[in-house]
Amino acid sequence: MTWLTEFPQIDNGMLRDLKRAIDDGFRNFSRSYGDAIEAVFDPLRHFLSWSENLLTDTPWPIVLLVVGLLAWGASRSFRIVFACVGTLCLIGAFGMWEDTMKTISMILTSTLMAIALGIPIGVLMSRSDRVQSFVSPILDVMQTMPPFVYLIPVVMLLGIGKVPGLIAVVIYALPPMIRLTNLGIRQVDGEVLEAADAFGSSRWQRLVKAELPLAMPTIMAGINQTIMMALAMVVIASMIGVEGLGLPVLRAISNQYFTLGLFNGLAIVGIAILFDRVSQAFGHRLQKHRGGHNV
Amino acid sequence: MSDPIGIQIRNLYKIFGPRGGEFVSAVQGGMSKQELNDKHRHVLGLRDINLDIPAGRIQVIMGLSGSGKSTLIRHINRLIDPTAGEIMIEGQDVVRMPPAALRSFRRHKTAMVFQKFGLLPHRTVLNNVGYGLEVQGMDAAARNEIAMRWIERVGLRGFETKYPSQLSGGMQQRVGLARALTNDAPILLMDEAYSALDPLIRYDMQTVLLDLQSEVRKTIVFITHDLDEALRIGDRIALLRDGSIIQQGTGQDIVLRPADDYVSNFVQHVDRGKVVQVGSIMEPMSASNTNGHAIPEHTTLSEALRQMLSSRLQVIDVNDMANRPVGQLSLERAIAVSAGAA
Ligand SMILES: Nc1ncnc2c1ncn2[C@@H]1O[C@H](COP(=O)(O)OP(=O)(O)OP(=O)(O)O)[C@@H](O)[C@H]1O
Ligand SMILES: [Mg+2]
Repeated sequence: MTWLTEFPQIDNGMLRDLKRAIDDGFRNFSRSYGDAIEAVFDPLRHFLSWSENLLTDTPWPIVLLVVGLLAWGASRSFRIVFACVGTLCLIGAFGMWEDTMKTISMILTSTLMAIALGIPIGVLMSRSDRVQSFVSPILDVMQTMPPFVYLIPVVMLLGIGKVPGLIAVVIYALPPMIRLTNLGIRQVDGEVLEAADAFGSSRWQRLVKAELPLAMPTIMAGINQTIMMALAMVVIASMIGVEGLGLPVLRAISNQYFTLGLFNGLAIVGIAILFDRVSQAFGHRLQKHRGGHNV
Repeated sequence: MSDPIGIQIRNLYKIFGPRGGEFVSAVQGGMSKQELNDKHRHVLGLRDINLDIPAGRIQVIMGLSGSGKSTLIRHINRLIDPTAGEIMIEGQDVVRMPPAALRSFRRHKTAMVFQKFGLLPHRTVLNNVGYGLEVQGMDAAARNEIAMRWIERVGLRGFETKYPSQLSGGMQQRVGLARALTNDAPILLMDEAYSALDPLIRYDMQTVLLDLQSEVRKTIVFITHDLDEALRIGDRIALLRDGSIIQQGTGQDIVLRPADDYVSNFVQHVDRGKVVQVGSIMEPMSASNTNGHAIPEHTTLSEALRQMLSSRLQVIDVNDMANRPVGQLSLERAIAVSAGAA
């Protein structure tokens, strides 16, 4: 009666062979093409190092000044500027300046990559229902697959380091960018697009002069979510060699340093809130034309 | 700006729905809008439209809500693809234009005013009005100058830096009008372009259109629900019902000889005295003595009545453009027509 209590499974030997075949195949693939693929990502590595060095080498008062100016430019609100500068001062005072700069550099780079990839894919997806029904399940997998699982092939291909870490972060943070771009464009008022067409807009003109600007609130929400998800990946990414605030947290877990973990965790929360408020304020300011009545 | 262009619409059908093409022959065979909807879940938009819009004239399209006016006007610049039929403009069938030709046709030959305005909410009034020229690639300084002229002409000077959401409905509609006029296209498509305007501004905008028409003749397709407006500006009027044209002709044709009850209902409240010209109701010359009193044939009926009463005439001569007598009008007939009895 074992066939009732134990689920009939594929023969153990076969299963082992199957797994081995896939693993060997992938290992061979990464042996023969790993270097080539790494070379493809070389510019990315340079960019990452450059932005990290820029943030860590620049004297801290200048960094604070630039952050303050950026926050002002995005939000036009003194409260937000003070909150940003204050948070960074506090983090610096507790000895986490260098790690914070590394993390910020990472987040900025991965967000830029997610935008550069996500908006075009989102636009393509909004153009055709076929593309949408093809891309949607892939996004579902990307969002629900535990990050540890796709760390494995990334590490096998590219080893440990900044670039594989960045790729893992981007894979994790990309789906909301794509989804919300698609949604935003699909929601644009049909009569406005008809007007754009009626005056003879080319497809490109219609996209940049009507669709993207009208979808901008939704796209901004996507950028905001992408930043938050990238920050959520900081600790996991540090497992494969990304420096920054995640690394001390990892050390704190393995050595049971509660306070170290807490401080670095709070610093991550701090910059998350900072990014969130600044990007939201920027989004609102972009939408100032919605202020009047009749909307 | 080039010469006026006529529009010929031939056997145009539009059936909304995924398999519209399959039902054209059924509709040609007489299937009604109701039946098509009940049996096949497809909506009959237009049925066998044939309309010749002369170059440089204003063609008004009227009809109850849902009769297919917006659907028809959207076919002229192919915002909607027809299920069958052709639309000939300058010897070309708009329906068969490849994308690049269609884009160029829309940029240079047509401009459109939308029923729901269709303004770009993230652009200022000035940048909305200049949109057509921007798409054509004109530089900012040149297009802003032209756009400003039209913004002034529609009475929105001082609002050029505002966003559409900061304007009232009537002001937004005038932005849409200025945007279309800025393009200076030979064909102007106006879908209830004046419906959101108050009566005074509406009269002003009608005058703007008529002035424009006396300077540069455009071919204008004008949708309205307002018969007085139709009669004031329209050279020709077409009436739609359930996607079919049930009557077309001049305003007088429609007022004097309505094709059926639907049309008579449409025209019953119109002031005939202001619409009807004596040329279209005069009788043949007879021996009755008019003492040499004569009026031109395009005199309105109420003006003719006024003159006959003040001169105590029972009958008056009607002269053509060259001042030759071509007919006569009796007081009796004049009163009968203006009372709606003839
Ligand atoms: N995209 C569409 N899909 C299905 N049916 C449509 C579509 N567009 C219009 N229709 C139908 O076509 C008919 C005509 O609509 P249309 O908008 O042309 O009317 P209209 O004469 O402009 O009315 P109104 O005076 O209210 O603007 C209506 O029955 C409408 O339901
Ligand atoms: Mg309509």
